[in-house]
Amino acid sequence: MTNTTQKKLRIGVLALQGDFEAHLKMLEKLGVEGIAVRLPRHLTDLDGIILPGGESTAIGKLMVLYGLQEPLQQMIRAGFPVWGTCAGLILLASETDNALAGQPLLASMHIRVRRNTFGSQRESFETDLSVPALGEAAFHAFFIRGPSVEWVGPEVEALATLDDGTIVAVREGHLLGTAFHPEVVQANGQRDLRFHQYFLRIVQSVRG
Amino acid sequence: MQKQTGTIQVKRNFPEMLKGGVICDVVNVEQARIAEDAGASAVMALERVPADIRAQGGVARMSDPELIIQIKEAVTIPVMAKCRIGHFVEAEILQAIGVDCIDESEVLTPADEHFHVNKHLFSVPFVCGARDLGEALRRIGEGAAMIRTKGEAGSGNIVEAVRHLRAVMDGIRRLRILPEEELMAEAKNLGAPYELVREVARTGKLPVVNFSAGGCATPADAALMMRLGAEGVFVGSGIFKSGTHLSEAEQRKAHFNRAKAIVQAVTHYQDISIVAEVSRNLGEPMVGINLDKLPESEQMARRGW
Repeated sequence: MTNTTQKKLRIGVLALQGDFEAHLKMLEKLGVEGIAVRLPRHLTDLDGIILPGGESTAIGKLMVLYGLQEPLQQMIRAGFPVWGTCAGLILLASETDNALAGQPLLASMHIRVRRNTFGSQRESFETDLSVPALGEAAFHAFFIRGPSVEWVGPEVEALATLDDGTIVAVREGHLLGTAFHPEVVQANGQRDLRFHQYFLRIVQSVRG
Repeated sequence: MQKQTGTIQVKRNFPEMLKGGVICDVVNVEQARIAEDAGASAVMALERVPADIRAQGGVARMSDPELIIQIKEAVTIPVMAKCRIGHFVEAEILQAIGVDCIDESEVLTPADEHFHVNKHLFSVPFVCGARDLGEALRRIGEGAAMIRTKGEAGSGNIVEAVRHLRAVMDGIRRLRILPEEELMAEAKNLGAPYELVREVARTGKLPVVNFSAGGCATPADAALMMRLGAEGVFVGSGIFKSGTHLSEAEQRKAHFNRAKAIVQAVTHYQDISIVAEVSRNLGEPMVGINLDKLPESEQMARRGW
C-alpha cells in the first residue's frame, strides 16, 4: 500500500454561511478530516467538498466576493467530487427557475432546480425517503424551505423521489445533490451517517 | 410516505440554516432588496426600526400585513416579523400570511405582562429574546425554536448585547460543572424547566440556535458577538440608521456597504485581517445612546417574564 492510499481523507465544507458545522461533525464521526473552507487557500489538498445548507443567495455572493467560484468550477471540471445539500444543490445546478439576477452559481450539474418548491417555512417538512442506493432502510429527511429538481440531463441519476415523483436527490458522476439535510440531527438525537458514507465512497472512487 | 410539517425538529432546523449569517431589520421593499443584495440571510419586516420606535414613542404593534407581504414578494430569503409579547392573535395573523419565523419581541409594546405566547401551538418557528440562561430556557420550554440575546434594541450600543450573551454562556458553563444532584436546585434558581436544564448540562449548549441582537452597529461589533459565542447576528437600526446626514442616494450606498461589511465580518470573524479590511471607510455609524442615560422604563430588554 502506498502512502497516498493510507492518507486520511480531507473533505472541505464551504463555511461561508449556513449549517456547515453539522457537516464537519458528521465527518468527524466518520474519522475523516473536515476543513472549513472560507478562502481559496483552504481548497488545497482536498479530496472533495460539501456545500452545506443555508441561504444560497448569501453563500453565492460570498463565494464570488472571496474568489472561490472560479477555482471551484475548474476543480469540478477536472473531476473533483462535490456534494451540495439544499442551498448547496442550488449552487451546483446549471439552471434555477427563480434565481435572483446576479445570483452566482457553480452551474456544474445538468439539472434545473426550483427554489422553495414547497413554499415558505410553514410548509417545510420531515418525511421518510426510500433511497435504494443507501440500502433498504428509509432515510429520514428534513426539507427546510427546500428546493426540488425539475429537470435532469441524460447523465444524471435520480437517487430519491417523493411520493408524487418530485426528484429530491441526484448524482451525476462525481457530483451529488440532495434537496434535504442529511447533516442534521434526527429526532432521537442520533445522526444517520449513510449519505455521508455514500459521498465518501464517491470520493474514494475518484481518488482510486 | 407521509410529510409532517410544523414538528419541533422542522421548526428548530429552520434557524440552523441561518447560522453564520446576518438577519437585518427592514422597513420597506427597497431596504429588503439592499439587505438581500448585501448577503443577509433573512430580513425582519417592520414598520419602524427600534431606534424610531424609541424616538417616536406610543404603542408599537405588529406591522401592517400588507407591508410584510410586499417584502415577502420582493426577496427570496426568509422573511420574519414581530408580534407583541403574549399577543397570540398577532402571531396567528403572521402565521396565516406565511412569514417564515415569528419574533415575539420586547421591541414592541407587550400585550400581556404575565404570559408569553404558547409557541407549541404554531407550525411556524418562533424566535424570542433572552437576557440570561433561565429566560432562554423558559422561552424554549414554551416552544421557541430559536433564541436571540436581547441587548438593547435601537441603542447602537453593544454593551447590553455583550452582557446578555455572556450571561447565557456563563449559565451554560456553570451547568456543565455542577454535579447532577444540584441541577434541580439550579433549575429552581434559574426559573427554568428541569428537563431542559439537564439537557444543557449534558450537551453544553442550548437545544436551539442562539443569535445576538440589540446594539450591533459595526463589523467589529458583529465579530465581537460571534467571538463570544453567538451563532449569527441580528442587526436592527445599525444599518439603516447610519449616515443620516447623507443624501438619499449616498445613504443607499452607505447602507449597502455597511450591511455587506457586517455580513463579511460574521463569516470571517476568526480572521481579524478581514474584519479590519471590511471596517474601512464605512462612514458615520448610527449615533447610539449611552444606557446610563436611558431610564429603566425605556429599556426594552426589561420586558419579558
